[in-house]
Amino acid sequence: MKKAMSLLTATAMAATLLAGCGGGTASSSAAPAADSTSTEASSTAAEPAADAAAEEGKVLNIWCWNDEFQSRFNDYYPGVKEIAADKSTTTLDNGVTVKWTINPNDNNNYQNKLDEALLKQDSAAADDKIDIFLIEADYALKYVDSEYTLDVKKDVGLTDDDLKDQYQYTKDIVTVDGVQKGTTWQATPGLFAYRRSIAEDVLGTDDPTEVQAALNDWDKFNDVAEKAAAKGYKMLSGYDDSYRTFSNNVSAGWVDGTTVKVDPNIMNWVDQTKTYTDNGYNNKTSLWSDQWAADQGPAGKVFGFFYSTWGINFTLLGNSLATPESEGGKQEVGNGIFGDYAVCQGPQPYYWGGTWICAAAGTDNIPTIKDVMYSLTCDADIMTKITEDTQDYTNCKSAMDSIAADPNFGSAFLGGQNHIALFAEVAPTIDMSNAGPYDQGCNETFQSCFKDYFDGTVDLETAKKNFEDQIKVKYPELSSVEWPA
Amino acid sequence: MKTKRKGMSYAKWGYIFLAPFFITFFIFQFWPLATTIYYSFFEYFRSGLKIIGPNFVGLKNYAAMIKEVPKYFSNTMVMWLMGFIPQIIVSLVLAAWFTDLRLKLRFQGFFKTVIYMPNLIMASAFAMLFFTLFSNSETGPINSILLKLGIVAEPVRWLSNVWTARGLVGLMNFLMWFGNTTIILMAAIMGVDPGLYEAAQLDGASSTTMFWRITIPLIRPLLVYTLITSLIGGLQMFDVPQVLTNGKGDPNGSTNTIIMYLNQHLYSKNYGTAGAISVLMFLLCAVLCVIIYFTLTQEDDGLTREQRKAEKARIKAAKAAARHH
Repeated sequence: MKKAMSLLTATAMAATLLAGCGGGTASSSAAPAADSTSTEASSTAAEPAADAAAEEGKVLNIWCWNDEFQSRFNDYYPGVKEIAADKSTTTLDNGVTVKWTINPNDNNNYQNKLDEALLKQDSAAADDKIDIFLIEADYALKYVDSEYTLDVKKDVGLTDDDLKDQYQYTKDIVTVDGVQKGTTWQATPGLFAYRRSIAEDVLGTDDPTEVQAALNDWDKFNDVAEKAAAKGYKMLSGYDDSYRTFSNNVSAGWVDGTTVKVDPNIMNWVDQTKTYTDNGYNNKTSLWSDQWAADQGPAGKVFGFFYSTWGINFTLLGNSLATPESEGGKQEVGNGIFGDYAVCQGPQPYYWGGTWICAAAGTDNIPTIKDVMYSLTCDADIMTKITEDTQDYTNCKSAMDSIAADPNFGSAFLGGQNHIALFAEVAPTIDMSNAGPYDQGCNETFQSCFKDYFDGTVDLETAKKNFEDQIKVKYPELSSVEWPA
Repeated sequence: MKTKRKGMSYAKWGYIFLAPFFITFFIFQFWPLATTIYYSFFEYFRSGLKIIGPNFVGLKNYAAMIKEVPKYFSNTMVMWLMGFIPQIIVSLVLAAWFTDLRLKLRFQGFFKTVIYMPNLIMASAFAMLFFTLFSNSETGPINSILLKLGIVAEPVRWLSNVWTARGLVGLMNFLMWFGNTTIILMAAIMGVDPGLYEAAQLDGASSTTMFWRITIPLIRPLLVYTLITSLIGGLQMFDVPQVLTNGKGDPNGSTNTIIMYLNQHLYSKNYGTAGAISVLMFLLCAVLCVIIYFTLTQEDDGLTREQRKAEKARIKAAKAAARHH
């Protein structure tokens, strides 16, 4: 009896412990079930437009995944009155308080948190509803093709005339059935940013035109990698650096129906990266890792980095400084390797990233949203100023073309080079027609599974198998994976 | 009426005082548990912002998961053993030293505090610390020490190699729990009658003999307790490898534990599959606990269940034989 009792207690304890982890599953499962019946976002979509003129909500909730938009907003939105010391809120002239919710992007984290909040949008109090959220190219379609985003023209009130100076692709990617659901302040053509000093050593020149001539196709790029390695440099920092140049030049999107179709060009990336790793042409890092960031700094021995517009002003510049700005460092020659980078087109045109501003269905701040969208994505003066101050490539064709043609414009960070001129050549060629809702999950999972292959932990077949398993866990609706023959 | 009264019944107070526990248990544990099991028979997940299901699919989730779970189960067990084996050995040795009257160790309070310290740090903070210490890069603290001392020529890629990554998880679990186990085992050893040791000493027993013949058999119940709690904790290993590998269980999924795998399914809000894993995990845990319980428990007479059965049968036979006479 005593034994039976204690066994019972032990089992009950085990059950309780397990209930702890099962609890999260079940308790939260009740919520979406309730939501799915009540979600009639289309009815709420019409609502805000109707009573927009009446009273505006006092809180503007903005969701994003890093502080890039936050700093653009705080620095360039004309209506900013006061910024909280911890930057968690921004007060506007019209009395509206902007509340920032920032969730890191990695591993679909931002998307999952955002989904959770959007599904509760209907039942949330007016001041807790999301008003603006940002989306990235890799999953833009998921939100644009849903009832949770508002039409920037009909609902928000921007006109074709307001949007006419934006690059067409930035509008196409967020347009479903002729309805544009988001707008952006930047275009994101990609370039290859290289170290002038290393190019001088390896190629005998640091001139962007001549360096470009030495790198303008993959065979030449590989030759330079070999030469750089012979001099003790690494051509690239890590495995994923060249990924986008391959993944943007594919013949079809990631997913067709419920089948993941791996493009032959993605496999070319695998081959190239394996060769680079085995020959010591890269430093075996991963994107966003410490060593990757350090490789961009004063101690780095890496020839160059594939970066698009935001990467140069937002990431590369920060990493290049010996004394970071947060510790009082200045953006000037002499601080780290400021001034030692230059850009060229690289072997293949590509784009990377891009951030769109979406108005959330159910918002009660339409007038402010309209003003924010207009000021930060359509206003040519502000766009020009952002580019001049931050070297970001803004979404305003006329402004960019005039800066590109301006012989006096040059980026101190890039040793005086007018990088806008290069971007302006690439930007009109960007084609995002292969983008799809699964891109972030597919790209991240693919990179992480093949990291094991590059590291030599697994063989090619195992890496493929791991990708097949993991992508199905991430997206249960995907049933199979096809590999190129 | 009066005559029938047999005195006050206090039983209802018992039920009233028990009620809060049962109510909370029902709401926060029993109900989630029941719905977990219920949804494990359904296809129920989110595709983007669309909710798919719940559609009844019978045992499909189980059929799919029974093929997947063993891999993660073995990862979990390997990493648990890598932590538990050194943990139990070191704890036993330390507990024996701390309680040995002849050694008379000084500063015991200090040592006990120090060995318990790692347990006070949050597992995630501890994992983050190790993530930084054992960074793959040459600037990582451990790598830069090893490089400077000339022990290695190239930075060790701690988190990209199966056995170093698993080893780190094992090491962390060991560091976090050996202090706790030492304290429990010390309590157990101090509960042993000192007279037994004195008698053994008079008979000329060595310390080793006393340890194996007196200490170990007498602290067996607490050893079993340590083993079972550690096993349950080990099966649910999550925070350390999750933070150390950024939720990926790299390399090659070799540090992916069952709970991490479950958590990965919850990223797509896949309640059906996650429910099936939870239930499989529950069954596994129950089976393991029962096996360990029966193989290791002995009652005070020092006999196993089988021995006791045989003994009972022998006595019964003897009695029967006596009756026949």
